[in-house]
Amino acid sequence: MPAPIDQIVAVRGISKSYGSTEALRGIDLDFPRGKLTSLLGPSGCGKTTLLKIIAGLIKADAGTIAIDGKVVSAPGPERAFVFQDFALMPWATALRNVAFGLELRGKAKAEREDIARHYIAEVGLAGFEGKYPHQLSGGMRQRVGLARALSVDADVLLLDEPFSAVDEQNRRKFQEDLIRLRSNQNKTFIFVTHSIEEAVYISDRIVLLSPRPGRVSQIIEPEIDRSGDPDLIHRDKHYLDTVQEIWQGLKQYAE
Amino acid sequence: MTLFGYRIPMMASLLVWCVLWEIVGRLDLVFLLPPLSEVLSAAVGLVQTPSWQSATVTTLRAFFTGMVLSIVIGVPLGILMGRVKIADDLLGMWVNIFSSAPLSALVPVLMILFGFGERTIVAAVFLFAIWIIVLDTRAGVRHISPSLIEMARSYGASRRALYLKIILWAALPEILAGIRLGLIRGVKGVVIGQLLVAIVGYGALFETFSRNFRMAEFWALTIILFAFALLIAELIERAEAKVEYYAGARQ
Ligand SMILES: Nc1ncnc2c1ncn2[C@@H]1O[C@H](COP(=O)(O)OP(=O)(O)O)[C@@H](O)[C@H]1O
Ligand SMILES: [Mg+2]
Repeated sequence: MPAPIDQIVAVRGISKSYGSTEALRGIDLDFPRGKLTSLLGPSGCGKTTLLKIIAGLIKADAGTIAIDGKVVSAPGPERAFVFQDFALMPWATALRNVAFGLELRGKAKAEREDIARHYIAEVGLAGFEGKYPHQLSGGMRQRVGLARALSVDADVLLLDEPFSAVDEQNRRKFQEDLIRLRSNQNKTFIFVTHSIEEAVYISDRIVLLSPRPGRVSQIIEPEIDRSGDPDLIHRDKHYLDTVQEIWQGLKQYAE
Repeated sequence: MTLFGYRIPMMASLLVWCVLWEIVGRLDLVFLLPPLSEVLSAAVGLVQTPSWQSATVTTLRAFFTGMVLSIVIGVPLGILMGRVKIADDLLGMWVNIFSSAPLSALVPVLMILFGFGERTIVAAVFLFAIWIIVLDTRAGVRHISPSLIEMARSYGASRRALYLKIILWAALPEILAGIRLGLIRGVKGVVIGQLLVAIVGYGALFETFSRNFRMAEFWALTIILFAFALLIAELIERAEAKVEYYAGARQ
């Protein structure tokens, strides 16, 4: 018998409606510690809603979220969110944006800026500390958003389609960097995407959601070796097979 | 401005009007309009008189008191209306009515409420300036990206931090635009207030000059007032330009 897997996030019976729109129905999910789990599904199936409920930003109509066994109903320091539209403060430099989570927690300026500089370098933005968001490309802005989430040292990172507003070349580079970052940060990632290739490329586990009302339709664990050249993954047989398998399952929902 | 196909710079066209004024004044074409040169020399003399200096102090003091009050009350009120639906429903109608109503008609009411003194002038400035500040602040708060607010909440912002570190800053371009328009309206308030009360500051001077047909000084005072209003608008525009770097670049 295999050792029980350590689950850091437990989602139990989550349902949510917006008026007459039923967005999620009875979601039960566990997220294993230290893994990257993707929530994959067509647009409008409730991925963002589920992620924000886990983040404590939206209240569910029914069900509970537990982090490390403790039920939570509001945002907390053990979770950090990366927003689809970056959500940077346009009046603040990259450095202050990255340090903002720590600023809100009352950490001293010098200390929080040291930490922020470290993570700015970690996401490949060294030298851009003094730039304002509008001076940065979309990809760079999202790197700032990611550095901000990393710098508060949360156990769980929640990413809502972080690459959807980033152009194609930068997205590829960013995905590679994320794989590298993951291997040296001992964090749990919950990653929302609507791209099958992206999900298979970066995920340890993929949760497929069905269209409205969102329900868990399938869980896939692609076993892809990501230790080598990231470019090789795209040609890996298992990668291609998994993309195909998911596509066969989702095809029924496409118009 | 162009004339006979030539582009005429702003200063040059102003000069043309000045020359025209001088000619019309010298020819005595318009009743009670002395030549510009006479008005300007009256202005030089006027600013040296103690009565002008004390009137200016009184006027500026009333203006700034009224403006500070309308900013200190208007900005929080606008933020409240932008964030809280009930406040918006209750106050929105009144703010809209007052911001477009002919407020000069209310100045006599202010005189009854606040007496024939500086307090009425302050109240007039406040009444003229506050509404546009409230409306623009409210619009600025309404336009804040919801994800910026979610960001602050997700990183544990207290309510105070949310308002002071996010909402105020995100709405700042609109708040400044509102204050600039408010200042211009405030100038109207101080002028109309003083003219109606007529025993305070410039109002008293205007009253004296017009009653005694001292037209050069009357016009000199008018020009000084105009220059003052333009100066204030210009100063605020510069302050706004400094904030613009992100107003135009918001996500
Ligand atoms: N604030 C809201 N008010 C009303 N309906 C909403 C709101 N947010 C999302 N929805 C609806 O709920 C469904 C799920 O939305 P969302 O979670 O954003 O999906 P996804 O992220 O998978 O595209 C969609 O049909 C969307 O239109
Ligand atoms: Mg979404």
